[in-house]
Amino acid sequence: MTDIATYNFAYLDEQTKRMIRRAILKGIAIPGYQVPFASREMPMPYGWGTGGVQVTASIIGPDDVLKVIDQGADDTTNAVSIRAFFKKVANVAVTTETAKASIIQTRHRIPEHPLTAGQVLVYQVPIPEPLRFLEPRETETRKMHALEEYGLMHVKLYEDIARHGRIATTYAYPVKVEGRYVMDPSPTPKFDNPKMHRSPALQLFGAGREKRIYAVPPFTDVVSLDFEDHPFEVQTFDQPCALCAAESVYLDEVILDDHGGHMFVCSDTDHCEKRRDEGHRGHLAPQTMEPAQ
Amino acid sequence: MTDEPLLRVSALSKFYGSRVGCENVSFDLWPGEVLAVVGESGSGKTTLLNCLSTRLLPSSGTASYRMRDGQFRELYRMSEAERRFLMRTDWGFVHQNPADGLRMTVSAGANVGERLMAIGDRHYGKIRATAVDWLSRVEIDEDRIDDEPRAFSGGMRQRLQIARNLVTGPRLVFMDEPTGGLDVSVQARLLDLLRGLVTDLGLAAIVVTHDLAVARLLSQRMMVMKDGRVVESGLTDRVLDDPRAPYTQLLVSSILQV
Amino acid sequence: MPTPLVVSDVAKSFTMHLRDGIKLPVVAGVSFSIRAGECAVLGGPSGAGKSSILKMLYGNYAVDEGQIIVQHADGLIDLATASPRTVLAVRRQTIGYVSQFLRTVPRVSALDVVAEPLVERGEEREAAREKARALLAQLNLPEKLWALPPATFSGGEQQRVNIARGFITDHPVLLLDEPTASLDARNRDVAIALIAEKKAAGVALLGIFHDNDVREAVVDRIIDVTAFAAGKLAA
Repeated sequence: MTDIATYNFAYLDEQTKRMIRRAILKGIAIPGYQVPFASREMPMPYGWGTGGVQVTASIIGPDDVLKVIDQGADDTTNAVSIRAFFKKVANVAVTTETAKASIIQTRHRIPEHPLTAGQVLVYQVPIPEPLRFLEPRETETRKMHALEEYGLMHVKLYEDIARHGRIATTYAYPVKVEGRYVMDPSPTPKFDNPKMHRSPALQLFGAGREKRIYAVPPFTDVVSLDFEDHPFEVQTFDQPCALCAAESVYLDEVILDDHGGHMFVCSDTDHCEKRRDEGHRGHLAPQTMEPAQ
Repeated sequence: MTDEPLLRVSALSKFYGSRVGCENVSFDLWPGEVLAVVGESGSGKTTLLNCLSTRLLPSSGTASYRMRDGQFRELYRMSEAERRFLMRTDWGFVHQNPADGLRMTVSAGANVGERLMAIGDRHYGKIRATAVDWLSRVEIDEDRIDDEPRAFSGGMRQRLQIARNLVTGPRLVFMDEPTGGLDVSVQARLLDLLRGLVTDLGLAAIVVTHDLAVARLLSQRMMVMKDGRVVESGLTDRVLDDPRAPYTQLLVSSILQV
Repeated sequence: MPTPLVVSDVAKSFTMHLRDGIKLPVVAGVSFSIRAGECAVLGGPSGAGKSSILKMLYGNYAVDEGQIIVQHADGLIDLATASPRTVLAVRRQTIGYVSQFLRTVPRVSALDVVAEPLVERGEEREAAREKARALLAQLNLPEKLWALPPATFSGGEQQRVNIARGFITDHPVLLLDEPTASLDARNRDVAIALIAEKKAAGVALLGIFHDNDVREAVVDRIIDVTAFAAGKLAA
């Protein structure tokens, strides 16, 4: 009754970490291929990033600096709890600064600050199978990956254009990795897809409930699928961030009151703060520094 | 007219344990020829069709197909990738239940366009134009192109399934009771459509049916199966007008005259 | 005169498996030949096997014994043993058949029903339709019917479509199974004229005609089918 239970470094036992590292290595060797792994029960519910947490736990070392973001923010529940978790079970340094982190675990965003060689981006993935919604049979989708039968992926994009006049998929936009495997980039906005292409950072993807790990090694081709007459394009915003005036970044809409008041701000909180520290000011910056959650 | 068959089937057998699926079936099929396989439920005709279309591997026997380059390839020695490629380019498979052959939750246009996208077409406008053309050929109004087949009648679904199969210009189409489960008037329209398409496109087809009227209207040749074996084969009108085997006589005499 | 069709010692019976396998003999020892440019008529009472003989010649009935030699594509074919594929080729190129009844296909227009045999032989669809129009006009089928499927036509109208379909090609052998059965006098005369044209063109014709006037008008030779009766021997 004197002490709380002591955990192995980074919570998982060493055998489990080895097993997961083997899956990661295989994923790196076959970019975009979904490697099955024996996902463990974690002290958090599925959907809270158990896949990403297991990947992070398996690669993290005492000297690493960890950043955790949820939809680009360092200060939301999911990000805060995972950061606290690793602080406790691995006693590692944590940061909110993209440039200072060696490992960034993310839910649904890629930081605005360009990643560099040596950094690892760990994605939390809910559904790793991009073909799932059109072909529910796992036996069949695996065969389609194996035989490189990806016509179905374009069926989805065709449907978008037929219904909306353009490719309306805005997140989890399918990509082809190194000219071979079609991959779900996790529900990141398609705005972030170009950042995956030839990124100097290692990108790892963990799906805990689905028991799949996949990877994009540094400097790998990641091409968003499209049609010749409907080429891939990212979202554009017709106004800059209301707080830091940044342009060409991904913005979230924040509701300010019950009367339709709203503003668009950087979804990457670290990026936004950095810019404000540097003196950039958006048109709503003074009066609404901390919008209510 | 070529002097070589499109498909050569020799001593094909399929056993399920000790039970016979089909046994010792041999025939040649030439380009442009429609072969009807008739028999009652459990006669092995569907097993045969599934073996021929490589959806099922036979226990013994061979089937070779003349590829577009003129070379015969042994179907059961092909890799799965090759077989699946054949299946979505040079072959078609029309299921009795259109839901088995269609994607019910994507639009009619996408159903038709899928094969084109599967072989690498990446131009939305061209894919859509081809889909429009094929929908009209199977008598589906262009303004239904963005509707899901869930909203279609049985006859329309079946016509859509046919368009989906024919869009890549296959040379061989397998059909499993293509008019089963449809109203008589809808059947007639579908049969007529099929007959026209088969003639216009010079398709070879293997049609499994228990309906002798369907066989008579669509096919030039016929095989009658019972208990997994072919009991009689020949020209369709010869088999129907002068049935020789006891079982064929029973089948023919069981037709209701209208 | 060339002899495109030679029948020798052909026998036919039906085995009724559903009736304890009793054997119904139809004909035996059928032997005759047809020369180009002549119209032979099968004679004999109903049930003598006239229709069965025609159907064997067309591959519609199987043949128990004997040979049916036809000159086809620069060679000789025995229809009694030919493969289905060969029989189909013979039907396409060499032997035409005009039956009593028109087997109609839903939704195909009368014009296309008539043009179809030519299209199957590789003729352009429009050229085939042009010939079909000419024939249908010759047979006095009202032009307003041409675009309609013949399923709802009267017996005489269907028969005229059938005749046009049978006569449109230049098959060297033509089998006629009571083609004039339901025609009025005027159209019977047209049919007679058509048969005469075929004869002049060197076609070998073999027919069954119950109508005496037509038979008298076209016949060169009567083949008495009762000579081939097999009924008395078996059963």
